[in-house]
Amino acid sequence: MTKEKTEKKTPSSIEKFILHLHPARIDKRALKFNRTFGLGGILALLFIILGVTGLILRFSYIPTIDHAYDSVVSLQRDTVFGQFIRNLHHISAMLMMVVAFLHLIRTYYSQAIFKKRAENWIYGLIMMFMIIASSFTGYLLPWDQLAYWAVTVITQIIEYIPFIGHSLANMVRGSDVVDGNTLLNFYTLHTGIIPMTFLFLMSMHFWLIRKAGGVALPKQDNTEKVNVIPNLIWLEIMVAALLIAGIFVASVFYHAPLQEQANPMNSPNPSKAPWYFLGAQELLLHLHPFFSAVILPLVVGVFFFYLPYFKYDNLNIGVWFNSPLGKKMTIHASIFAFVFTFILIYLLEHFLHFDIWFASVGSWFATGLVPFAIYVIPVSGYLFYWKKKHGAKTEELVMTITTILMSSYITMLLISLLLRGKGMLMII
Amino acid sequence: MAIASVEAFFIIKGGVSKVEQANAKKELFNAGKVDSFHKNKTYPFSTGHFFLRRFEDGGFLAMSVKCTHLGCVVNSNLETGGFNCPCHRSQFNRFGEVLAAPATRPLDIFPIVIKNGEILIDTNKAVKRTSFEKSQLTYA
Ligand code: FES
Repeated sequence: MTKEKTEKKTPSSIEKFILHLHPARIDKRALKFNRTFGLGGILALLFIILGVTGLILRFSYIPTIDHAYDSVVSLQRDTVFGQFIRNLHHISAMLMMVVAFLHLIRTYYSQAIFKKRAENWIYGLIMMFMIIASSFTGYLLPWDQLAYWAVTVITQIIEYIPFIGHSLANMVRGSDVVDGNTLLNFYTLHTGIIPMTFLFLMSMHFWLIRKAGGVALPKQDNTEKVNVIPNLIWLEIMVAALLIAGIFVASVFYHAPLQEQANPMNSPNPSKAPWYFLGAQELLLHLHPFFSAVILPLVVGVFFFYLPYFKYDNLNIGVWFNSPLGKKMTIHASIFAFVFTFILIYLLEHFLHFDIWFASVGSWFATGLVPFAIYVIPVSGYLFYWKKKHGAKTEELVMTITTILMSSYITMLLISLLLRGKGMLMII
Repeated sequence: MAIASVEAFFIIKGGVSKVEQANAKKELFNAGKVDSFHKNKTYPFSTGHFFLRRFEDGGFLAMSVKCTHLGCVVNSNLETGGFNCPCHRSQFNRFGEVLAAPATRPLDIFPIVIKNGEILIDTNKAVKRTSFEKSQLTYA
């Protein structure tokens, strides 16, 4: 990094610190807001807000089943700004889920995860998992009905893993049912282990971005460079200020939900998972648990981790959707997956009762292989069509598969969220 | 290194799972006098986590309230005498057998002993089964 001669003053220590995070000069195109939408930076800020509010909440929270719920109630009722702090924490956490997902989408579709950035994609995915784990462990802490049943169901999913499932689930719960031990385990994970690990991963993530040369940009012959201070820093401060203001205002009006105290003797009707898990819950409704809870998550997980490593020939790093055909296919596939998933679920709900028709063959076949095939065969045909008719390449086909997976999940999430009522029955 | 990590694993595991201490032995659940239960009716015992059903022929069956899918508490369906789960809408008939997926096996049952005209249920021992059989019923 050669300093320009025109630059006379030595940077202050705070500027030096900033220059450890950012290079001194960056490509002007990286400053364009719709290159990154500032999503990564927003996540970092949300993490800080969560850390600070979380530390404050720790002063009044008691992690035992006798006192957890009451301590949250009294925090909200008796502590000055108690409700406000809890709202801040809750809203930031929700926002983090959304922004992390958007950030993942942004980096993927702007083709910024390949070659030397592949490693950072892996870190990113692990952090995404950490965010989910963090939300989920945080969910239990208020010990209300929502918390108790969401955790009961999800820890029980682990039991379907062959051989080790049962002892693994018991280890997570610290017991064979969700009880005080589970609460203590989750409290430790949520307020200690996960944030600590996250901090480490985040540092790696930032460092690797710098190592890869900042934001991924399409190749260009002569690039125009600008100083990070003040150009980028002002932009970052502006986004941060707007975000903080937005969350504060939201926290005044929107209260973090708290249902009745957990009651192991009665599941609420309907019992819905936290919203970001609703896609998974919808899947659980239709598929044999071994498929929906073990095989599918495993396959999809491996696919996502493997994304940067497929054999690609025409990578266009930094170019949105890789190519015009890629863009067309992405839009097409997201609509296709939405409509297809919706129709399939509607039919499964009202007309296709495989579990009854094939009851004699066994549930493995009836609610496992059959619906699996009904989904996979048309999707394969769809991909084949793009390949044959439009000569789509690996990168475009893989992108289409990714799109179909994500769009299907969102469709299921919306169905579960909006179209399921009492008894989890579909209301249309 | 390998030994150290194995050791570390067990130390952590020991700290994290506390299952053993939780399983203290409990007494049998006393559901009451045999005569107080009508035939063809299901009685919920939420504190004992089971439904006690008396069938037409007088036999008793104690079924766990825990859905075999993912552990929610099922509700009794008054019209069919069966049970519905509020979490992923599994349905069971009055014998606890699966009517509609995603659940894949019938509701677990608890052993019943009848002593001095009183029904005692061992709620610590959930018995898994693949279908309903007559032998699962207990008679006074
Ligand atoms: S827990 Fe009962 S249907 Fe899933």
